[in-house]
Amino acid sequence: MSEADTLRRTLSGRQAARLGLLAAALVAPLYLDAFWVQVGVFAFAAMVAALGLNLLVGEAGQLSLAHSFFIAIGAYGYTLFASPPGEPGGEIGWDLPPLAAVALAVAAAGVAGLLFSPIAARVRGIYLGVASLGLVFLGQHILVNAEPVTGGFNGRDVPPLTVAGFSFDDVPGETLHVLGVPFTRVEKLWYVGVVAVALAWLFYRNVRASRAGRAMHAVRDGETAAAVMGVDVTRFKGAAFLVSSMLAGLGGVLLALAFHHIVPETFGVLLAIEYLAMIVIGGIGSPGGTLGGALFVSSLPVVLQRYSDSLPFVAESPTGGGVTAGVAARFCYGAAIVGLLLVEPGGLAALARRVRLRVAGRPHRPALRPTPAAIDLGDAVDISDDVAPATPNP
Amino acid sequence: MEKLLQLLFSGVALGAVYALLALGFVVVFKATQVVNFAHAGLLMVGTYCTARFSAAGRPFAVAVLLGIAVTVGLALVIERAFVRPVVQRSVVAVAIMTIGVDVVLQTEVTRRLGIDILPVGDPWGSATVEVLGITVPQTRVAALVVAFVVLGCFFAWARFSDWGVAMRASAEDHRTAELMGVRLGRVSAIVWVIAAVLAVVAGVFLGAFPSPGVSPTTSAAALRAFPAAILGGLDSTGGALAGGLLIGLAETLTQGYQDQLSFLGQGFSAVMPYVVMVAVLLVRPTGLFGTTEATRV
Repeated sequence: MSEADTLRRTLSGRQAARLGLLAAALVAPLYLDAFWVQVGVFAFAAMVAALGLNLLVGEAGQLSLAHSFFIAIGAYGYTLFASPPGEPGGEIGWDLPPLAAVALAVAAAGVAGLLFSPIAARVRGIYLGVASLGLVFLGQHILVNAEPVTGGFNGRDVPPLTVAGFSFDDVPGETLHVLGVPFTRVEKLWYVGVVAVALAWLFYRNVRASRAGRAMHAVRDGETAAAVMGVDVTRFKGAAFLVSSMLAGLGGVLLALAFHHIVPETFGVLLAIEYLAMIVIGGIGSPGGTLGGALFVSSLPVVLQRYSDSLPFVAESPTGGGVTAGVAARFCYGAAIVGLLLVEPGGLAALARRVRLRVAGRPHRPALRPTPAAIDLGDAVDISDDVAPATPNP
Repeated sequence: MEKLLQLLFSGVALGAVYALLALGFVVVFKATQVVNFAHAGLLMVGTYCTARFSAAGRPFAVAVLLGIAVTVGLALVIERAFVRPVVQRSVVAVAIMTIGVDVVLQTEVTRRLGIDILPVGDPWGSATVEVLGITVPQTRVAALVVAFVVLGCFFAWARFSDWGVAMRASAEDHRTAELMGVRLGRVSAIVWVIAAVLAVVAGVFLGAFPSPGVSPTTSAAALRAFPAAILGGLDSTGGALAGGLLIGLAETLTQGYQDQLSFLGQGFSAVMPYVVMVAVLLVRPTGLFGTTEATRV
């Protein structure tokens, strides 16, 4: 079998797999337990936002630890725009139609990304990562202090999503039944999530294949070279932040809908680092891997918590020796990250590529195509040192 | 005026502790390009062990040394088992891996601590001392003295000892260093050991008065190592010192003058270090003392 034939076969196989996955996602709520549907809804929210982060980090090469800030803008933006106006002294609400509120929240997150991009234009690599971490702390501060908008420390309730009179919420007395399965809030949100993930995935792929995507790649691989080729570096860095934070905003809206009540604590440093973990575990620059990474990171703690009864060494109570369920879940979570990256530093995407090659009957070749250059962590290893002595140009 | 002097002194003392933390972070990054997210985890393990050993009746100095020993052992295991196999293939994957390590370490310490707040068992307690007409806690004076002694030892070690030279050489250009016979594996192990020692020393002072003791919130303070290291320049050990001091001062002064700064909202002192950092980065994108990257096409 020739190389091209194998490639064609794997490609069509991948398309079939994608369609199968989509079909499975569409019928899943009919069979799954409410718990799993809930896990799925949170995972979908994470997937959308993680795709945004991978666009920024994987495609444009801009390291960001501020993703939780943009997610928070989406979540709180939607809540603010869609909430009914409260009593005087309470929280403000603009009482917009929910769909308009979603659009505005996504736009607001995008604008926030654009506002941050001047810093990105000046600061690079790990410096940019930690500088963006500042945004998370600023965000936390604002969320806790701006009580009329955010409800302060205790957070505020999220209004349900309604599209053309159909409410994505529990409606007392008129529970929807599909094929005999009662559809409550989580089942309805599941479909919102599937649509959002599919759109975000297509968006990611189209951006990557577009002229703008190529410009971003050029910026990632070498800013000076990109500028020489006529790419407006500042503009495309800004564009990358714009689209990335818009996806974060959309993910934030989904997250808010899934939570039903949002508090500032959710959107802290921990979440920002989790999103970075999602894309590295999934595979930097791989949209499919990102979905897997997001599913892994967002659902692992919850799932472990649920099945901790059947894990060994887990105690019923904190005093009974052994460790409690939550602690065991955290251990497994940390160990899983370490274990996966020990086996395959390229993440799930590289692991899947390995499996595909094995299935296609070819011996494992580690570098089928050059993986996207590692994110420039400032003073990273420079390969050009191999050919030329390092003489810094003035 | 007295208040200002007092705040300045506390700020410098706190800054010196941050400088220790930032330095540990910087040496690992400088020598191996690894962003070590497990730094806070190492700090928690070391500080917890120190507190436990001194609670078990050992003298404070012995407890600290034992705490350091445990943490150094742990750091060596992490370096050997997790960092080294992957670092050749992807430094980014290692950075994320250290997050996993950090999660495990912090979970274990938090589990052992429960709801307790363990005093670190330092001999100074909450006693104060009069310095230049201002009253300051003895722990702050001790922090300042110890931090500068440790920093002095580090800089002397890096300047004069063979291993120090090897470390600086591999930081400068690891390929050439390797060709000159520097064992990069050893260097990597050594910087992790240094990071562990610095983290424990810093952690002990973060847990001492005015803080009530070691609790899960101690690790939040360890996050300040990031802005401190970045502010000074990630590849500059002297920069870590400057960055630590600036961050310590910014935090303490904002906290001290909170009443005058009330328009910024409650608890702005947690944000101030980052504001200072971003302001510095806008002027100098690689920190105060970081080397500017040479551009090559």
